[in-house]
Amino acid sequence: MAPSSALALELDLEPFAGPFDLLLALVLRDALDLGEVPVADVCLAYLADLEAAGEMDLESASEFLVLVAALLELKIRLLLAPDEVDDMPDAQEAAEELAARLAEYARVQAAARWLEERLAATGPRLFRDGPPALRPPRPVLDDAGTGDPQALAGALADVMARSREEAEPIHVLRRRLPLLRLLDHVRRVVSERGSCSFDEAVRGLDRGEQAAAFWAVLDLVRGGEVAVTQSEPFGPIRMRAAHAAHDHATGAAA
Amino acid sequence: MTDQDARVVEALLFLASEPLDERALADAAGIGEADVEEAIEVLLERHAPGASGVVLERVASGWALRAADEAALACARLLDRLAQRPLSKAALETLAVVAYAGPVSRPEIARIRGVAADNPVQSLLERGLIEEAGRSDRPGQPLLYRTTTRFERVFALEEGRHSLPPIDELGEDLPGPDEVRSRLVAMAAEQAVSIEEPGPAAESA
Repeated sequence: MAPSSALALELDLEPFAGPFDLLLALVLRDALDLGEVPVADVCLAYLADLEAAGEMDLESASEFLVLVAALLELKIRLLLAPDEVDDMPDAQEAAEELAARLAEYARVQAAARWLEERLAATGPRLFRDGPPALRPPRPVLDDAGTGDPQALAGALADVMARSREEAEPIHVLRRRLPLLRLLDHVRRVVSERGSCSFDEAVRGLDRGEQAAAFWAVLDLVRGGEVAVTQSEPFGPIRMRAAHAAHDHATGAAA
Repeated sequence: MTDQDARVVEALLFLASEPLDERALADAAGIGEADVEEAIEVLLERHAPGASGVVLERVASGWALRAADEAALACARLLDRLAQRPLSKAALETLAVVAYAGPVSRPEIARIRGVAADNPVQSLLERGLIEEAGRSDRPGQPLLYRTTTRFERVFALEEGRHSLPPIDELGEDLPGPDEVRSRLVAMAAEQAVSIEEPGPAAESA
């Protein structure tokens, strides 16, 4: 037992000399009459012990307070057993409570000693530690029954379906767009028709080619070959050959 | 069971950071539990104390590898675990309460020990010997604590908490609650009688 414990307090009283825990054990075993034990002297001995130690161990002090308070309560009830029979069960209750608490605590102490001895006997045991690599963490106990199993299964199915979709490999290939050919294409369409919409000019081309065609239009506008107008944002873009567009302001493409 | 089965089970145990039971080993290895048991027999010989620096042992209701005792000091040096302080008396008592009565809340631990359990609970949490286990239904819904697999490994409990000695066998020389209660009740009754005995003279005093 650690010397800091209140239970290890050495007592030298008239009816008893020895450690505090032995005193408690004797009282509990009926080997010592609690009526004879001067509890005040026990407290004085503890205070003297504290002063000698020079420092206050809160854990030990609170342990002592609880034990001494329980002891004192029991003693008071024993000594002042009143004539009224009504109060007797109260005294018995208190005694029973103290007995139950002390007996329970004694077993906890015995279990703690077993653990301590076990630790000393097995020595330091070192093993791989950390989050489990092979198993998911153990579920928290009170999680059981909080969810609808069907809903959980449905959620899992959704996740698995999604992860299957995501798992499909997509190869992104570098694509070469025939920019010069598209430049010629736009130039030709505009010069042939004199005026046409961008949508008409790129009909039949795929997205990438349409984007490249738009770049071609901008290049032609920059070069002064083509003029474009757009009446509203995202509206149709009209293109005309620059010679036919002298009277029109050059519009900005969307 | 083939030699390869034994090697596969050995690899699983090497990788695992928690003890694995026969079923988990069988599932992962893709063999039957009977084959796993045979493989374990082979590995127990291969990793017996004195034969290998890594010892196979039954712990926490599973199988796990750990450093042999003779290598423990060197391993502790490597992992910088030498400075770890031994468990205090308060921590050991708190651990005993959680091990035997868990899942248990901090107020309940304090009630049993008679003192606040904040510091020991924190220390045990930091050491990974106990962990949170949900909340109690009691008023205030205090957090509950239980012991961890790590606790079972540190204390070499083969079948986990089932390997703890029954609490009734621990303090055989200690009187049980009923015995203590009956003695105290008898003592209280005796005292009451002895005070009443002086009779009317005492009453007038």
